[in-house]
This record gives sequence, C-alpha cells and structure tokens, in this order.
Amino acid sequence: MQLEQLREHARGRLERIGNVVTSQVWRLGFASRFLFYLVMHSGTALRRFGLTMKEIYFTGVLSLIIILVSGLFVGMVLALQGYETLQRFGASESLGVLVALSLVRELGPVVAGLLFASRAGSAITAEIGLMKATEQISAMEMMAVDPIARVVAPRFWGGVISMPLLAALFSAMGIFGGYLVGVQLIGVDAGAFWSQMQAAVDLRNDILNGVIKSVVFGVAVTWISVFEGYDAIPTAEGVSRATTRTVVTSSLAILALDFVLTALMFTGGNNQ
Amino acid sequence: MNRSTIDLWVGVFVVLGLGALLFLALKVGNLGSFNTNETYQVQARFANIGGLKVRAPIKSAGVVVGRVADIRFDNESYEALVSMNLDAFYQFPRDTTAKILTSGILGEQYIGLEAGGDGVMLKGGDRVRLTQSAVVLENLISQFLFNKAAETKEPAK
Amino acid sequence: MQQSPIVEIRNVAFGYDPARPVLRDVELAIPRGSVVGIMGQSGCGKTTLLRIIAAQYLPTAGEALVLGQATVGLDRDGLYAMRRRMGMLFQFGALFTDLSVFENVAFPLREHLDLPEELLHDLVMLKLQAVGLRGAAQLMPTELSGGMARRVALARSIALDPQLILYDEPFTGLDPISFGVIVRLIRELNDSLGATSIIVTHDVQEALGVVDYVYFMAAGRVIAQGSPQEIRESGEPFVRQFVNGSLQGPVPFHYPAPQYADDLELAST
Repeated sequence: MQLEQLREHARGRLERIGNVVTSQVWRLGFASRFLFYLVMHSGTALRRFGLTMKEIYFTGVLSLIIILVSGLFVGMVLALQGYETLQRFGASESLGVLVALSLVRELGPVVAGLLFASRAGSAITAEIGLMKATEQISAMEMMAVDPIARVVAPRFWGGVISMPLLAALFSAMGIFGGYLVGVQLIGVDAGAFWSQMQAAVDLRNDILNGVIKSVVFGVAVTWISVFEGYDAIPTAEGVSRATTRTVVTSSLAILALDFVLTALMFTGGNNQ
Repeated sequence: MNRSTIDLWVGVFVVLGLGALLFLALKVGNLGSFNTNETYQVQARFANIGGLKVRAPIKSAGVVVGRVADIRFDNESYEALVSMNLDAFYQFPRDTTAKILTSGILGEQYIGLEAGGDGVMLKGGDRVRLTQSAVVLENLISQFLFNKAAETKEPAK
Repeated sequence: MQQSPIVEIRNVAFGYDPARPVLRDVELAIPRGSVVGIMGQSGCGKTTLLRIIAAQYLPTAGEALVLGQATVGLDRDGLYAMRRRMGMLFQFGALFTDLSVFENVAFPLREHLDLPEELLHDLVMLKLQAVGLRGAAQLMPTELSGGMARRVALARSIALDPQLILYDEPFTGLDPISFGVIVRLIRELNDSLGATSIIVTHDVQEALGVVDYVYFMAAGRVIAQGSPQEIRESGEPFVRQFVNGSLQGPVPFHYPAPQYADDLELAST
C-alpha cells in the first residue's frame, strides 16, 4: 500500500516537472513570436520618435542617479581591493589596468544591466501589466490602435537605446572612482595609472566587446520586461508576480549571456 | 512633464552617454595607436613562441611598432609561423632579428626587433630570417641543473 | 425606412474554455438608431456577448454580423477598419492614466486622423462640452471622480463619431447624480450622432427607463425580449425575479451545499 502511494506521488511530481518544462518552452516560443511581431511593427515607435524619447527618459534618464552612484562606488571598491592584492606582487602601478579592464569588460555591462533590470525593467513590466489590468490595452484595441506598436515597441527601443549608454556611464564613473581612490587617496602614481591603463585596454577587444555585451543585455532585459508585462495576469497579484519574474529572469539571463559572450569574445577568439 | 523638458533631459542623457563612450575610447583605451595606420605584413618562424599571443605588441628599442596578426603551426618544418603587422611608418633592414621577449618578470610576451645593417628594407610579404625563440622555463631549469651537475663532477675528477 | 439591423447575432455559441460554454445559441438583432439593453444576472454571458460584438472574441459557432460584416474571417486591417466605426465604454472608464483628460479624448483623433492642432483642439473641446467636462480638460485621470472619469471615457469613445456605441456596465458604482447624467448622455449622444447604442447592464429599473428594446439573457441564451413595458409585464419567471429583485425564483439564494444540519455536525440521535 505504501509503495503504491509513493509511486503515485513520484509520478505526480514528475508530471508536474514535465508540465513546467513544456510550458516554459512553450512560453519561450510565444515570447519569441512576440519579439518578432514587436520588431516588425516598430514603425510607429521609430516614426513618432517622441514616443520612444519619452521612454528613453523613463528608462535611461531616471536611472542615471543609481547608475552613476553605483559605478562610482564599484570603481572605488575595485581600487581599494585591487591595491591590496597588487601591492603584494609589487604591481600596484597596474591598478589602473585592473580597474579599467574589470569595468569595461565585465562589471560595466553586467552590473549596469542588473541595476537596469531591477529599476527600469520592473517599472516597464508593472506599467504594461497595470495597463492590461485596467483595460487600457483593450480600450486601445477597441479604438483600432495596435497596443504593441503604440505602447510596447517604444518601451522596447527606449530600453535598448538606454542600456549601452548606461553601461558606458557606469564604466566611466567607475574608472573615475578608481582614480579617486587609487591616485588621490592611496597615492598610486597618476601617470602610471593612466598610461598603463591605456596600454592595456584595447579599443576593439575590450571596449567594443563591452559595448556589444551591453547591447545584448539591453535587448534581453527589455524583451523580458515588455513580454512579462504584456503576458501578466490582469490582477494585482498577477502584476506583482510578473514584476518579480522580470527581475529574476533578467538577472539570470544577464549572467548566463555574460558567460557565453565572455567565452566567445575573450577566450575562444584569442586562441593561438 | 512636458515635451520640451523630456527632450532636454534625453538629449543630456545621450550626450553624457556618448561622452562616456568617448572617454573610454580615448583616455582609457589605446585609440590612435594602431587602429588607423597603414601596415605591412612580414612573417617569421620560431622554434618556440612560448606565451606569445595574437595582438601582442612588436617593439623595437622599447617602442611599439606593430602587432602580431596571426600565429600558425607549420606542419612541414614543425615550427611556429608568426605573421606581424608593422606600421608602414617604420622601415626595417632585411637582416633584422626578431626575438620573443618577456616584459618584466611575470609580464606578457612580445616580439622585439633588433635592426641589422642591411641596406635593403623589409617589405610586405617578406620573411624575417633571424629569429630567437622564447625562453622556456623547463629548458632553462634543466640546463641549470646540468651545468650544476657538470660543475660538481669536475672537482671529483 | 427598413434598414438591415446594425448587429445581427445568429445562433452564436462561445466559451473561453471549450469545455464550458458561456453562450449557447444566442439569437438577436439590433435595429439601427435604437438604444438596446442586454440584461441579465451576473455570469449570464452578456459581457461576453458584447465582446463578441466588438470582435474581441470570435464565436465558436454561428455568425456575428456587425456593421454589415461578419466578424469571423476579418483580417487585422478589416478588423481595425470596423472598430473605427465603433466606440466602446469600458466598465471603469479605462482612461490612459499617463495622459490628461484632453489627451485621452484626443487619442483616437491623433492616431487615426492627421489634423492640424487647432482643429484637433476644437474637436476635443466639442466632445468634452457634450459630456459637460470642458473645464476639466487639463486634469489627470487620477484627479477625477468615478463619474467624471466615465464621462471622459464616453467623450473618448465618441471622438470619431461612431455608428455603434457599446456600453459595458456603464452604471456601476455611480452616485445618483452622475447616474442621471450618464443616462441622459447615452440617450442624447445616440440621437445627436444618429448612432446605435448597446448597453450591457444589470441595473434594471434605471436601464428600463432609457432603452428602446431589451434582450434578457440567462444561462447563455436570450430568454426574453421586448420593449421595456413588455419586460416589466413579462410572466417569464427569471425576468420576474430579476425585475422585482426578489429572493425567491428560478435563481436560488443558496449556493448548492450539503444539508445544513450535516454541516453543523448536529448528530442525529
């Protein structure tokens, strides 16, 4: 009798896991079709650029403070921590290299992406979800206006445009923070700081790759945000769950994509 | 929040962002060194390239005059074939020596060019004949031990 | 002047979930120029029927002919062309919260027509004047009361001078004054625009005072129809219970449950 129950229990569990997997795969397909439709119908967002500009304001400009402050602090911490370790090998003059490469290659795109996801991404999801819950989307459809072209596409492009700029600002601010701590506070030679950095950071390899990463992250995060908002269950609980999902999924996506991109760019490409 | 205010702030934001990118490109990266100049390519063979990587600098008298473009293995002569992009601004004689050196003790490896005395200069597609391979640590150690052993044997003779 | 009905529903069946049909074999026709009410108990399918008329959903069986066209088989452009001749008032207004009252009413005008700004301004003011809210043009939706929000939404839904106006529970939660205003507006706008209005509601007494004809639904079907007077005098049990608001009738007061005594666990000795 006990064995039977156990078996039923296990089967039920497995079925549920299978269901979850298939439904997630289905959802991914749905989301991909959604993205395709979105891009195809981006004419309005690009022709009436004022709409997109408004979204650049909401996702980009309003994220400036958090990005700049975080960038500054990350750079300062990098300099502090880095100095401790480099000094042991007598390589403290390479502090600029450490700070710049860490930021431009990795921390800039990734941390800025994570902050973007939690600030702007969740806001986008909540906004679209609430519009759905209060029937504003239906009202738009009833007025023969395509809500995806009018509401979703501008937000998508606004996010995609904002993200690389925010990542660049994060990195720049971080390097400045590293300079403040390294040169002004700790006393590393300013000349060595900048010259070694310039010698080590390559425009094409490091900076361009960092920019590519931030564009990829921007697309991923904004895609997830608009999709979760549009697909949210139109109740208070549904919207809150969608917002949470946006932040969690975006963060995981950023980290996973970061791994893939880093592997492609910084190791595979440079093989002897 | 009216239109013109939004426009202003978005404009400021974009300017700041592009400015940050420009800052990164100019002050942080090495823009202006080798991405726009004309180059000519020469080749060199090495018995062992050690830790040399593509895009490693090529220096002469300590000044960067080019970058390593490609590294291949020649299956016939069993040597490493290195292609180097040299700045068209600089000419080197045909009997220039190419050595694989290390910057600092733990630094990365680069190619050092020592100019010879030949009147004819290298041009694109030429091969640098005189090369010196990288120092391989294991060989160095075994040589050291061999010398040490030879030294201790002698007095005993 | 016998014109074809502006909306014809023929043997329509529909269910959000195929296993549970919400509408079964609905048959009705809406004559042009009239104000028609579709009434019934909550869950009888009247809002779903409205959505079918608005072509938000397609019937799983039967035909829905709206403004002379079948909703099934319309491509996106055809659908949007049809919707431009309709206006819909949602239950709580569904105003765009990030736009002012003026911008909300201007929205359909901006999206579909390319008007010079002064003309657009005048048109919007015209619509707002019709609902009595011209002075509120610069307010934001969050600053409006429920009744005012609904009037703004009404102004928005008539912005393109539609031929068919759909009302989804327009009287819900209104104070008596706003109520009277909306009722009067529905009638006035319908007549001045030469349009047809369909009102879905369960506010019986008030609705009976404004409509020309009533369709009464229960359990996914039309069970009674007629002029307001005929409905008031109807002998149909559902209708009687509804119109009188009585506890007794075909719709039971108690949700199906086991015996009361069993629930209280009164052991029978």
